[in-house]
Amino acid sequence: MEMNQLPFFLFAAIAVLASLGVVGQRNPMHSVLLLIVSFGALAGLYVLLDAPFSAVTQIIVYAGAIMVLFLFVVMLLNAHTEDDSPGARREPWVYRAFVVVSLLLGLEVAWALSGLGLASFSTDPGTVSSISSVATIGVALFTKHSFAFEVTSILILVSMVGAVVIARKEP
Amino acid sequence: MLDFINPTLVAHLVLIFLIFNILVLSAAFMVWMERKVCAYIQDRPGPNRVGPEGLLQPFADVIKLLFKEDLKPAAADTLVFLIAPVISTATAFAAFSVVPFGTETTLFGLLSEPLRLEVTDVNVAVLVVFAIASMGIYGIVLAGWSSNSKYSLLGGLRSAAQMISYELSYGLALAAVVMLAGSLSLREIVTNQAGYWFYVIPKWYVFLQPIGFIIFMTAGVAETNRAPFDFPEAEQELVAGYHTEYSSMSFALFFLAEYINMVTVSAVATSLYLGGWLGPLLPDWMGWIWFLVKVFALLFFYVWMRWTLPRYRYDQLMEFGWKVLLPVAVVNLIATAALVIWLG
Repeated sequence: MEMNQLPFFLFAAIAVLASLGVVGQRNPMHSVLLLIVSFGALAGLYVLLDAPFSAVTQIIVYAGAIMVLFLFVVMLLNAHTEDDSPGARREPWVYRAFVVVSLLLGLEVAWALSGLGLASFSTDPGTVSSISSVATIGVALFTKHSFAFEVTSILILVSMVGAVVIARKEP
Repeated sequence: MLDFINPTLVAHLVLIFLIFNILVLSAAFMVWMERKVCAYIQDRPGPNRVGPEGLLQPFADVIKLLFKEDLKPAAADTLVFLIAPVISTATAFAAFSVVPFGTETTLFGLLSEPLRLEVTDVNVAVLVVFAIASMGIYGIVLAGWSSNSKYSLLGGLRSAAQMISYELSYGLALAAVVMLAGSLSLREIVTNQAGYWFYVIPKWYVFLQPIGFIIFMTAGVAETNRAPFDFPEAEQELVAGYHTEYSSMSFALFFLAEYINMVTVSAVATSLYLGGWLGPLLPDWMGWIWFLVKVFALLFFYVWMRWTLPRYRYDQLMEFGWKVLLPVAVVNLIATAALVIWLG
């Protein structure tokens, strides 16, 4: 292992371990915190990929804004342990089915990723800085991806309206 | 093996060491200044026993705190309880790392490459400051939650709500400056403010963005939990808010974080609106003196405000944040965008 790969493996290990911790333990508060750690490690990976803007946005949007809301809700509910779901005691065959399905899903992901092949990477500093610059990202977002961008904003608006309708007190 | 050690690297490490210690000392100085200014505003002498004019009082306080017993509530979440003050302090220090406070220097020809007077120059510095500020919330929220006490929890919840509400206006005020400067790098934003209008008025963004500056400072006060927005620790209602259950050095860490956050917000405001290290009379390499003067002026304003204005009511705070500050910030942003496009 080369020295310059060390940060990658460090961040990758933190991300994987923290994500396992999110689903692996029962305290919802700790799950939220581990998810924040995982997002932070992902941001570190983005920095290693010479994409500081993506890294910072990852922190602001996911680790900052969204997770604070999660934390807020978990704190308000004051749930110290996860409730057991009504069907927590299941027959052994259910667990076996779970294992089979997750293995199949894992295979599918591996198959899909293998089809991608190796992406070409530019190590030329000029190209890297022009790709990762905020101006380039902005132009791409509002020209090439403008349709996806607008659709996403409408989607968010719809979900906001939905939340307001659900939260509204009945007259 | 050790050939990577060169004067530039050493100078950089020394710079980081200096910035860290100056920040700690500035927090001590702020504690002293706050007590002195408060005392004069209330017509009494203030701390005057330890050292000349009570200057050594903060150090006496730190030594006292260090030797106190570190208590932990039995029902607290141990790990989170211990980590929370560390998060608060670490984020407070980290945010300062992207603030430039002077031009490049070679230390009178000592270094082969010029050294930039800042810890690191990232091209998205403004966003880094914003991101780290949003991480700082966790320290307070987690402290409030993990203490397992009603006052702490209420303090933590209030601070989460307050910081989320004011972060929006804070970010929108930042965005307006970014549009004017056309850059996210704090160093470029400062250098864009060089020059004068009519040979007298410096081209600082505070003159182009007066409303933005007021929004930024107001939101900054709310973000740092200072009076008149100090709800997370409103003594009269919440004992001490989120740090009620903390004692000894873990309490001192929260205290330190609060003062360093003030310094950071003032330093960022100086860079964004007051032209950073730029100023008349002094030669370029002494620009850091202007930087210190401006930051100190803003810090004094902070303290002055705390002892002048009473605390708002909580619903007034929320109403002000969402119904006044946010709409004004949005209008300010749109107007700035329109003017930038119109005037090219």
